Amino acid sequence: MTAPLTSLDRPNSYIGRSVPRPNAKRLLAGRGRYVSDLRLPRMLYAAFLRSPHAHAKIVAIKTGDACAREGVHLVATGADLAKICTPWTGTLDHFKGMTSAPQWPLPVDRVVWAGQAVVAVVAESRAIAEDALELIEVDYEDLPVVVDLGVAREAGGALVNSGSVDNTCFRSQLDNGTVDDAFAHAAHVVEEEFTFGRHTAVTLEPRAIVADYDPSAGTLTVHHGTQTPYQFQDLYSRHYNIPEARVRVIATDIGGSFGMKLHVYHEDMAVVGLSILLGRPVKYVADRMESFVSDIHARDHRVRARMALDGKGEILAMDVEDLTAIGAFSTYPRTSVVEGNQVIRLMGAPYRFKNYRATLEVIFQNKVQTSQYRAVGHPIACAVTERLVDMAAAKLGLDPFAIRAQNVIPDDAYPQTSPTGYRFEALSHQACLKRLHEIMDYDGLRAEQAGLRKRGIHRGIGIATFVEITNPSPAFYGVGGARISSQDGAILSLTPSGEVRCLISVTEQGQGTEAIISQIVADQLGLAQEHVKVITGDTEVTPHGGATWACRGAGIGGETALQATRALKRNILEIAALILQERPSALDIVDGQVVDAATQNERMPISEIARIAYFRSDTLPPGTQAQLTVSHHFAPQGYPFAFTNGIQGCSLEVDVETGLIKLLKHFIVEDCGRVINPMLVDEQLRGGIVQGLGAALFEECRYSDTGQLVNGSLADYLVPMPMEMPDIVIAHVETPTADTELGAKGVGEAGTAAASACVLNAVNDALAPLGATINSIPITPMKVLTALKRF
Amino acid sequence: MDLEETAVKARAFSYFRAATLDQALDAHARAGDDARFIAGGQSLVPALSLRLQAPRLLIDITHIDELRGVRREGGHLRIGALTRHCEMLSEPLIAEFAPLLHAAAPFVAHPAIRNRGTFGGSVALADPASEFPAMTLALDAEIEIAGPSGRRRVKADNFFIDLFETALQPGELITAIYVPLFRADQRFAFDELARRRGDYALVGCGMLATFAGERIHDIRISYLSVGNTPTRVRGAEATLIGQRLDAERIAAAQGALEGDLAPPESDEVPPAMRLHLARVLLGRLLGRLGEAA
Ligand SMILES: Cc1cc2nc3c(=O)[nH]c(=O)nc-3n(C[C@H](O)[C@H](O)[C@H](O)COP(=O)(O)OP(=O)(O)OC[C@H]3O[C@@H](n4cnc5c(N)ncnc54)[C@H](O)[C@@H]3O)c2cc1C
Repeated sequence: MTAPLTSLDRPNSYIGRSVPRPNAKRLLAGRGRYVSDLRLPRMLYAAFLRSPHAHAKIVAIKTGDACAREGVHLVATGADLAKICTPWTGTLDHFKGMTSAPQWPLPVDRVVWAGQAVVAVVAESRAIAEDALELIEVDYEDLPVVVDLGVAREAGGALVNSGSVDNTCFRSQLDNGTVDDAFAHAAHVVEEEFTFGRHTAVTLEPRAIVADYDPSAGTLTVHHGTQTPYQFQDLYSRHYNIPEARVRVIATDIGGSFGMKLHVYHEDMAVVGLSILLGRPVKYVADRMESFVSDIHARDHRVRARMALDGKGEILAMDVEDLTAIGAFSTYPRTSVVEGNQVIRLMGAPYRFKNYRATLEVIFQNKVQTSQYRAVGHPIACAVTERLVDMAAAKLGLDPFAIRAQNVIPDDAYPQTSPTGYRFEALSHQACLKRLHEIMDYDGLRAEQAGLRKRGIHRGIGIATFVEITNPSPAFYGVGGARISSQDGAILSLTPSGEVRCLISVTEQGQGTEAIISQIVADQLGLAQEHVKVITGDTEVTPHGGATWACRGAGIGGETALQATRALKRNILEIAALILQERPSALDIVDGQVVDAATQNERMPISEIARIAYFRSDTLPPGTQAQLTVSHHFAPQGYPFAFTNGIQGCSLEVDVETGLIKLLKHFIVEDCGRVINPMLVDEQLRGGIVQGLGAALFEECRYSDTGQLVNGSLADYLVPMPMEMPDIVIAHVETPTADTELGAKGVGEAGTAAASACVLNAVNDALAPLGATINSIPITPMKVLTALKRF
Repeated sequence: MDLEETAVKARAFSYFRAATLDQALDAHARAGDDARFIAGGQSLVPALSLRLQAPRLLIDITHIDELRGVRREGGHLRIGALTRHCEMLSEPLIAEFAPLLHAAAPFVAHPAIRNRGTFGGSVALADPASEFPAMTLALDAEIEIAGPSGRRRVKADNFFIDLFETALQPGELITAIYVPLFRADQRFAFDELARRRGDYALVGCGMLATFAGERIHDIRISYLSVGNTPTRVRGAEATLIGQRLDAERIAAAQGALEGDLAPPESDEVPPAMRLHLARVLLGRLLGRLGEAA
């Protein structure tokens, strides 16, 4: 299925064209404006003393020597900041029954993970602040540490929060259809227990913040490396009791985010408080070691799942139990249960069966918080489902392509509801399967695999179908009481020279949001892209909106820009019509010229309209007020989410003596609806896949029995590097959503959603003749050699 | 000043750039325990940034001419302590007379680090996961040391004592490493197993064998990442001396490793797995040595 031709498909349309990102050159030239580089007059620097214990009572804090150190302006403890900041709790109403302890910028009486910030020092330089940290003494009294997920669930065991009955944060259940009956009558049942390690985002630029409170004006300005400036404006305002209009959050260039920079971090909240206490700008940039112990982590699931099939390979039912551990608190304001919730709701999503049961249990432990990170929940649901499908195929003697072709929801059967209750507008699994088969040269790969196996070379081929959640409506956070917007706003002006300035609430972290917004505006107005300037990320300037999360920039932000531009165009043509004594509908704008809609003959440049409107309004008919600035908001309506779909494939080689895996090639066929900029879409897919491959083979936050992160450095925490990454072949199917004019859906998380599942299936495919299986991610040499019983 | 306000994480220290060996030794003698020599800085600077080390004085030895250069001296190649890792790849004398070092060099970190890190620094640090210290064992190299009480040469076999502990006394410097010249009757092999290219290896191994016809007259095999120090495997070597390299001999050498190695506990690579990997690597390298005839 390919998108039908509309006005967006004009030959000279910017939509669907690989135009470069206007900001790429600036960033490459070193002219980025990152918070890390920012220096304000009279700025001070914060550093934090961190807890060496995973769980301990704070008995006493002695700060005298640190305070006395030259160049130190303030030493602040949890008690100091608690006087000016109200606590927060990471729960949402729509997650019924969930609990989490209140949080303060710095702990008041207890530390709950190793690496938690305990005392802040503010000094004239970071070096002085760090020197002063060494002069602080904290007496701790050890408390029992909860590390392992299984131990955390034992009745009568140690508690993360004394006073609670157990370590449970949240429980949830789904039960649709007749699951027990389906299993009872199934011809085949496959079952497996999976584990998924913790990992973390590892952005190039760590978290960075400069808070600048001006007591004379009662205003707070925060330069913050975040995806969601409006959310933080709201939070700083409410927790520090400053009127919202006096809080400004500026998020300019950001060196990567991936979901990690949309949560409240204790240090960031503390820095705001420190600036309020001092009346001076205070800066804090996490270093890499601090990032490992304080950025959110993600995943960490144990899943037991089974799938029932009939004798022909038709999937009848799934039954799933997800246990996930989230650290000592649920993150604020989005919580730490969204991932688990999405795990149990995305299971089986590509397939037609209706009988589904799942339980989710979210557990506290003494580790840093986990929360939303690229492809929230998707990789888990995808790996579990797709591995079970492969196991079933093996049992039935079916090819992995064949069993999927048999079970996916047919492309012509939409709208449809998933076994877990999600409503799908239109997906394209069949088209994607067919296309993947072609681009992989699947039959060729299988023939090559068989030939090499005879020579003792163990290649594996894996595929994984997926569904991705994009364009979220208020059903995601708003209904739970979170002040997180799912709408976006834009303000568009025609400048006196006939160019366009667009202020929009979606934000840019390197993915090219500003590029696609300028493409849409240029396209819809009829202007060259270089005459469109897009401005993002400043709550004082850009209208309130959701900003960046959950794949929404193109689908929601793009539609906002499209509708705003159409409004501006109407206003421009109205003035043009008055000047030209025409009906507005008889006119159009092409390449910055007002033209005759029928003949395309040029009538006048829009710069001339701007000139007249701004400087010679006296020449317009009396009563005319030119409106060359429009503001427009767009909130998604119709389906609560725009689901996308796709399929990935990979080919790899397992060294069965060493357990090392070489990725040979990766493939994806993806359907994100309308493709606005193919190059940027492809790069989103590649980047996402690489993050998924990192999770599959390398990335894991490993903890000791005492709750210490043992590999918290880039020497020990392995991120995917170019030498290990395969070429990635990309193809598209386009099924636009009819909920918007633009028809775009999200694409940022699709790569991550299925890459690890694909590798898991391929490794198992390679090991199948040797009778070994793997059910755990990351797939380390140790796991492979253990499965092969090599040592 | 700009950078200092935000980026400096190390504790403050003084810095002295020595122009001669005597100046360096002198400065160290005067500062005592609180001084460190700095060469390429690729291990020391991270340690300072993490505040794992906080000396009061850094003595920069990179401007001491005597520590520089690669040249033949009798039956040895003299490799100055300041020879950088990248020069192991580019210097023709090394490729010709110490090809094992040339073969190991691409496995040492990444280009940016190889551009600065030095051979002397690597050997002095004696990281058991490092390639070059282990190769000095396989090469039967001699380490030349200068200190307050004069100069001496220590065989690599006697140089590595325990984890990050060597025959170097406080205040002593490595000036050069002497490697016997590679000969026509010799063969070498190096490889390592790492999850990512450029990482410290799970296990690495290098070997230098002297052949008498098809039989091994002498062989030295050395491992990295298998214990507290770079490790020679004398038991495995013994099974090979005087023998032809056939499958049976290779298996015997692999079998002997159990007696040679006692890998440490580790959550990622348990001892039995490391021993297994060491065996696999030995088999592969001996296989290559056999083919290299
Ligand atoms: C990201 C990264 C990855 C790396 N990966 C690897 C790898 O895969 N394999 C590997 O082998 N190494 C690796 N290294 C370490 C690198 O090779 C170092 O350069 C080397 O170990 C030390 O050499 P240097 O000249 O930089 O020494 P420095 O860092 O300057 O000094 C290290 C120590 O040696 C002492 N020292 C230096 N020179 C002398 C001398 N002539 N006499 C006496 N003492 C001296 C110093 O006082 C100090 O204690 C890596 C480093 C980094 C940063």
